Amino acid sequence: MCLGVPGRVIEVHGQTATVDFFGVRRETRLDVVDEPVEPGDYILNHVGFAIRKIPAHEIQETLALYDLLLKEAAGDMMAADVRGEIVATRQQGGTDG
Amino acid sequence: MAEVLATEGAKELRFRDPAQARALSAALGRVVAEIGRAPVSVMHVCGSHEQSIAKFGLRAILPRDLNVIMGPGCPVCVTDIPEVDEAVVLAQDGVRIATYGDMLKVPGSMKSLADAQTEGAKVDVVYSAAQAADLARDTTEEIVFFASGFETTAVATAAVVLGDPPPNFSVLSAHKYIPPVMEIVAEMPGTKVEGFLAAGHAATITGSAIFERFVERHQIPVVVAGFEPLDILGGLVKLVELVRDRSPRVENMYPRCVTAEGNRNAQAQMWKVFRTVGGQWRGIAHVPNGNLRLRDEFAHVDARKRHHIDVRRLWSRSPSTLTQVCICGNIMAGIASPQECPLFGKECIPETPVGACMVSSEGTCKIWHQYGGHPDL
Repeated sequence: MCLGVPGRVIEVHGQTATVDFFGVRRETRLDVVDEPVEPGDYILNHVGFAIRKIPAHEIQETLALYDLLLKEAAGDMMAADVRGEIVATRQQGGTDG
Repeated sequence: MAEVLATEGAKELRFRDPAQARALSAALGRVVAEIGRAPVSVMHVCGSHEQSIAKFGLRAILPRDLNVIMGPGCPVCVTDIPEVDEAVVLAQDGVRIATYGDMLKVPGSMKSLADAQTEGAKVDVVYSAAQAADLARDTTEEIVFFASGFETTAVATAAVVLGDPPPNFSVLSAHKYIPPVMEIVAEMPGTKVEGFLAAGHAATITGSAIFERFVERHQIPVVVAGFEPLDILGGLVKLVELVRDRSPRVENMYPRCVTAEGNRNAQAQMWKVFRTVGGQWRGIAHVPNGNLRLRDEFAHVDARKRHHIDVRRLWSRSPSTLTQVCICGNIMAGIASPQECPLFGKECIPETPVGACMVSSEGTCKIWHQYGGHPDL
């Protein structure tokens, strides 16, 4: 619950955005983030809400940890927490990617 | 010692940039040696930091004289017994409880929510406050979201409360606020914490400047750090440098996600919905301003106002003797390690936890049980 997950914004529709989290597309709410968000931006998602737009030039450093964790088996606890964070976002209307 | 790295010792030491990790490890050794006392103890307050430290075996490459302790950084673990009892009583009374998965097995005075569920109560696991509100939209039943977590999840709860939730939805807040407990731990006799590593994502919300007053008051440095192994090592180097230089100040070593002022929009929503009140943190102490409770304007969404919750009926019997042996509180205060607990890995395992620290994936005991705490060299 303490570790957010970064994702790339695909589409913005009002107060929500479709975000790609390492190949999984989910809906994230934009009520809480404090900057305008556009397609192509990276955001840090926390329990279904974007809490920060991550500067583009720093995104690779942020992604590295998650790339590594998401290769872990299902039983790994830290990886499971990250997967849980992704599930905390909403599925798109019936077309979860 | 500082050169031992990556290939031996820790079982899972893998770095994005091994050369950088080696340099940071060497720097840590050098600075701790310059401090010239042993041990130097620093504390982090975040379950995800502990996961990363344990998972990547970082303690194997820390200088022997540097003690990195996990403090009260697991919100599930510090949820107090009467708070769990409130959720159990509501569930027994027929209210449907939605909560984060980690909260299910947290023992109350007599039983956990999982026990209540086995006895027929309706308990749903959700991953977010928004999913709990969605659940309420799909039913006419009363749904109570038993909300736990620090600033990061409190903000999400606040946004849902402000987002016009359905009338059958309310919140039982066990949210906790981290800055006040740092004061408590810093003042505890027996804890010799010389520096704090602050959690990156909670600071994304609060901003790093929130720690200025703490530093001024306690003359203890605070460094905000990210979660990648190199982020943590980099944060520790900065922290021991500040200890060495007797230069207590706040440093932000995670600027890609944290600013000095934080996310003002998120703070505004959080403080619109919540106020701080004093309360007991399980095993730790009474923490002034440590609990987040709904403001009176949101009484209609406050489960404590909407429902009569009498927890005393659970208190007729005394807690089990095992519970009295559990040293979770000392572990979270940083004065004992899981290996010092006679129950650790024996009577107390993740499947049948005695204390809350073995329940949550952010609890020190569960993390050490999965990954090991202090790899032997």
